[in-house]
Amino acid sequence: MRGITKRFGGMTANDRIDFQVEKGEIHCLLGENGAGKSTLMKVLFGLYRPEEGNVEINGQPIGQMSPRLAYQLGIGMVHQHFMLVNNLTCLENIILGNEPGSAGVIDKKAARRLVQELSEQYRFDLDLDAPIRELSVGMKQRVEILKTLYRGAQIIILDEPTAVLTPIEAEQLLAILRGMRTQGKTIIFITHKLKETLDVADRITILRGGKSVALLGAAQASPEELARLMVGRDIAFEIEKPPRGQGDVVLRVEDVRLLPNAQATVTFDVHAGEIFGIAGVEGNGQQQLEEIIMGIGRSRTGKLLYRNADLMEVPPRARRDLHFAYIPSDRLKQALLSGFSLEDNYLLGNQYDAQYVRRGIVQKRYLKTCTQRMMREFDVRAVDSLQSAGSLSGGNQQKFVLAREVGKDPPFVLACQPVRGLDIGAIRYIHSVLLRLRGEGAAILLISAELTDIFQLSDTVGVLYKGEMMDIRKAEDFDTQTISLLMAGKKGEEPHAVQA
Amino acid sequence: MPFKHKNRMPPVVGRLLYSIAAIALSLVTAAVVMLIAGYAPVKAFGAMLNGAFGSANAVANTLSKSIPLMFTGFAFAVANKAGIFNIGGEGQLYLGALASTVVALALNGLPRIIVLPAAILAGMIAGGFIGGLIGFIKARLRINEVIVAIMLNYIVSLFTSYVVNGPMKAAGSMTAQSEAIAGTYLFTKVIPKSQLTTALYLGIGFAVLIYFLFRSTRIGFNIRAVGENPEAARPAGINIPLTTIGVMTFSGMLAGMAGVTEVLGKYGRFIDGFSPGFGFTGIAVAVLGANNPFGILLTSLLFGALEAGSMKMSYVANVSTNMVMVIQGLVILFVATPEIVGQLIARRGEKSDG
Amino acid sequence: MDNLQYIFSFNIVLTTLRFAIPLALAAVGATICERSGIINLGVEGMMLIGAFGGVLGTHMSGSPWFGVLFSILCGGAMGLIHAVLSIRFKTNQTVSGVGINILAQGLTVVLARVVWHTDGISGTVAQLPNVSVPLLKDIPVIGALFADQSPFLYLMLLIVFAAWFVMYRTKAGLRLRAIGDHPQAASTAGIDVKKYRYLAVVICGMLCGMAGAYLSIVQNNLFVNNMVAGRGFMALAANIFGGWNPLGSFLASLLFALAQAIRINLSLPIPDQFVQMVPYALTLLVLIGVGRKAKAPEASGEPID
Repeated sequence: MRGITKRFGGMTANDRIDFQVEKGEIHCLLGENGAGKSTLMKVLFGLYRPEEGNVEINGQPIGQMSPRLAYQLGIGMVHQHFMLVNNLTCLENIILGNEPGSAGVIDKKAARRLVQELSEQYRFDLDLDAPIRELSVGMKQRVEILKTLYRGAQIIILDEPTAVLTPIEAEQLLAILRGMRTQGKTIIFITHKLKETLDVADRITILRGGKSVALLGAAQASPEELARLMVGRDIAFEIEKPPRGQGDVVLRVEDVRLLPNAQATVTFDVHAGEIFGIAGVEGNGQQQLEEIIMGIGRSRTGKLLYRNADLMEVPPRARRDLHFAYIPSDRLKQALLSGFSLEDNYLLGNQYDAQYVRRGIVQKRYLKTCTQRMMREFDVRAVDSLQSAGSLSGGNQQKFVLAREVGKDPPFVLACQPVRGLDIGAIRYIHSVLLRLRGEGAAILLISAELTDIFQLSDTVGVLYKGEMMDIRKAEDFDTQTISLLMAGKKGEEPHAVQA
Repeated sequence: MPFKHKNRMPPVVGRLLYSIAAIALSLVTAAVVMLIAGYAPVKAFGAMLNGAFGSANAVANTLSKSIPLMFTGFAFAVANKAGIFNIGGEGQLYLGALASTVVALALNGLPRIIVLPAAILAGMIAGGFIGGLIGFIKARLRINEVIVAIMLNYIVSLFTSYVVNGPMKAAGSMTAQSEAIAGTYLFTKVIPKSQLTTALYLGIGFAVLIYFLFRSTRIGFNIRAVGENPEAARPAGINIPLTTIGVMTFSGMLAGMAGVTEVLGKYGRFIDGFSPGFGFTGIAVAVLGANNPFGILLTSLLFGALEAGSMKMSYVANVSTNMVMVIQGLVILFVATPEIVGQLIARRGEKSDG
Repeated sequence: MDNLQYIFSFNIVLTTLRFAIPLALAAVGATICERSGIINLGVEGMMLIGAFGGVLGTHMSGSPWFGVLFSILCGGAMGLIHAVLSIRFKTNQTVSGVGINILAQGLTVVLARVVWHTDGISGTVAQLPNVSVPLLKDIPVIGALFADQSPFLYLMLLIVFAAWFVMYRTKAGLRLRAIGDHPQAASTAGIDVKKYRYLAVVICGMLCGMAGAYLSIVQNNLFVNNMVAGRGFMALAANIFGGWNPLGSFLASLLFALAQAIRINLSLPIPDQFVQMVPYALTLLVLIGVGRKAKAPEASGEPID
């Protein structure tokens, strides 16, 4: 692939990327979230069309790629979200769309024979008659891989395949991939994890910020080198905030299991007047943590202590009554009613507050005044308070959510990916608000995949990987190398646990 | 929907424009059908208009026919605000009708001030019970409410049919109906010798209540939030199962009222099979009225007019009264398909620019 | 004939089969349609149109077989309308089904008036004659199955079997099952989801039309307003009760038909209406009992772009 550029709106996901893969190798495409790895592969597979650049297979340039053409050329892709039909068996899912047989009737024996042969050849060990819904995630993934092999794929792309696997299943997958390599297949493996990359790759391409930054052979790669390339030296450790006044513990997450296959449970404290930042690549338990804290999800073990009261089994409403502020990771899905007016949206989460609703009746005039005042204070650009929330720009939507949540002087703030997809101005503004709240004594839990976010704001930082808290330290005790290693799954040399 | 983002026009107006377009399309299609069948559409529609509004009695007829449709329309609309499809209106109204009959007959002898409200209340509770049951099954058992409602429709209407064919059958009567309820317990007639009763005022009153509920109360807000985006409603503290059951109960109560107004207003007794599908027509009324209570008052009036005018149309233009059902069916199909209507509006807009 | 004697006579089998014919045809149609992911509440209306179409066709041509063909055409046309609305225009399928039912009820009576100048009832037409299978009818006891039965009986059995075969043994059937569950997966596998959905809904309409024709020109010789009398919804219930597959739909139809047969031919101490409730109550219980494990197509009612 040469000079591939792919843009989505104003955002450049792939910036003149050159990428090449040799036959019969396992090639890892390494990078953080948003580095552009998935996008690049979707261009290869024909799901996206690049603005610039071209693709050559075996020296032949390809004009317009499409999934069907990709399959004809021998390229197959295993996506992160499985395309499997639950009520059909493994065999049926594999042959779907390409069933052997004549006159419309399926030749079951031929199908079974073909698939069984493939399964044995690559040591997949699948029960072909089991319905998909009964299979473990690892098994489902094998079905997906077998699907591509059945269709004759020679080049197989896997998008973050171990994201959903247990460590044992991941090992098994890597073994299968090695077996496939022996049989002459070429494998492209998208990942953000160092260990796997080092375990299985022949060559490694590292993407960062939409650009290709390096191509290494397995021999040249070390964890430190890879981590450095993945993350770069761009982290500005701005510690120009007033020293933290560490107050009491406001929220304590104790012994909570975030993911079913996590090796350990998670425990940490958030103090008043402190910003506790949780770094980590998305998909490592952040969503679950968010849900548990807000009362939408649960953990079978552990406690969620708010000033010594256990909120674990308590419904979400309690958080509202306690004036928690919640900035969710997906504002449109979780914080806003996009078809409703801004005034109505201001009421969301505040409906049980006596200021806004008295004896069941909404105090409309007061609501309007409040909404308008908050919109001014937080610089939310809209025609007026009656405009629909869905029609605001992303930045203004986020500012609005912030205005609503934070306007009530919250003792605790949960901010998840608060500046995702926003421009510099909006980002700076939101940062300043969070710092102001910190100064006023709020306890803030910040979950973000952006390291700049984390380090510009946090006093204490923890790193989440596969549902485990890898380490917790004061922000100033981290350096680029350590943090990137932790985010990619390798524990640092000096274990430092900072819990006041 | 085109008016959501750019325009400052309140969305309800936009939806009502759709509805008008849908009605127009249906009338045009019906006219075409009539032409093909050899009828004269203009004559037919003229007769219908006459039969619906041509005299005081006609208007009274129209209004009285719109009353049950108002209530089943409210029922569907209210549930729809929460994103729920209550197509169980038929069963809910039958049980409501039966309950109010039972109470009115059982309390025979007591003063009107006790009996009438009691009968109304009984009807509402009965309808609400079925609605709440559907809501419960949906909320706790996660079963799709549409199938459950259809099954319950048959179970309940068969049950009421049994009751009025058996234990409650009027002595010596040939038809399956209950004893007549004492006249003092019935709704007062607004126009004497017509079927129009004060139940009309109840309908208008409920419209105001529903409007107020959704515009100004927390409960209404919660319901709308659940309908718009349940994922955002949860962290906001709204109890979704409770809201579901609550809305469905209220919806059932409204459908039950449709049965009550027929029993205590029009017939004065429970007659087997008295509903010509009010529950289903109510769906058309609600969708056409953009789920807005005042819109529903208008659309139920329209449908009432269609019904009232159909006899005259049949008499004058020789078109079967069931043509009204054809129009109703077409209206449902057109109004449930915003894309068709939207495309036609857009195309007409282009033509006028070009 | 007293109750006990009746139950153990072969007659009940015959009566049950006869009542089951329209149910099974419509239920299999519903199965096919629902399996493709399209909800079809308009089964009742499609059957009604078919019933009318059967009478009209026979009236126009004098031949009941043509009437059957015409009924299939009419049902298919209704199915096409639902398909276009649901697939191309992404109408809400529940509401559109209700609309079809109301439209059908109106249209049939209006057209009956046009043709026969009567109110809600058509003129009489030729009925589809019964047949007898020469040798088989002489077998003791079961021979009655082959003596003087409507060809619809054999057609129904054939269709049930064909539907089962197609669904579980052919490519089209596999793809259909995939589409209702996970249309994106099917689409990624290169299957034209829309085409299959159109086919499924139209076939459903055709089968419902046929079912309706049985009611009008086989069991009777005319059309009466609303003669389907809820059998369409009963067919939907049969599909659910049978677990969304042709064999299950058939067996459920038999069960519901048995209830009908017992109701008509037995003098039971149970009130008539309660026996009529049986299919609906059973289906409701099954739904509640099986609950979330019910194997309904997972992508039911969701339009695909």
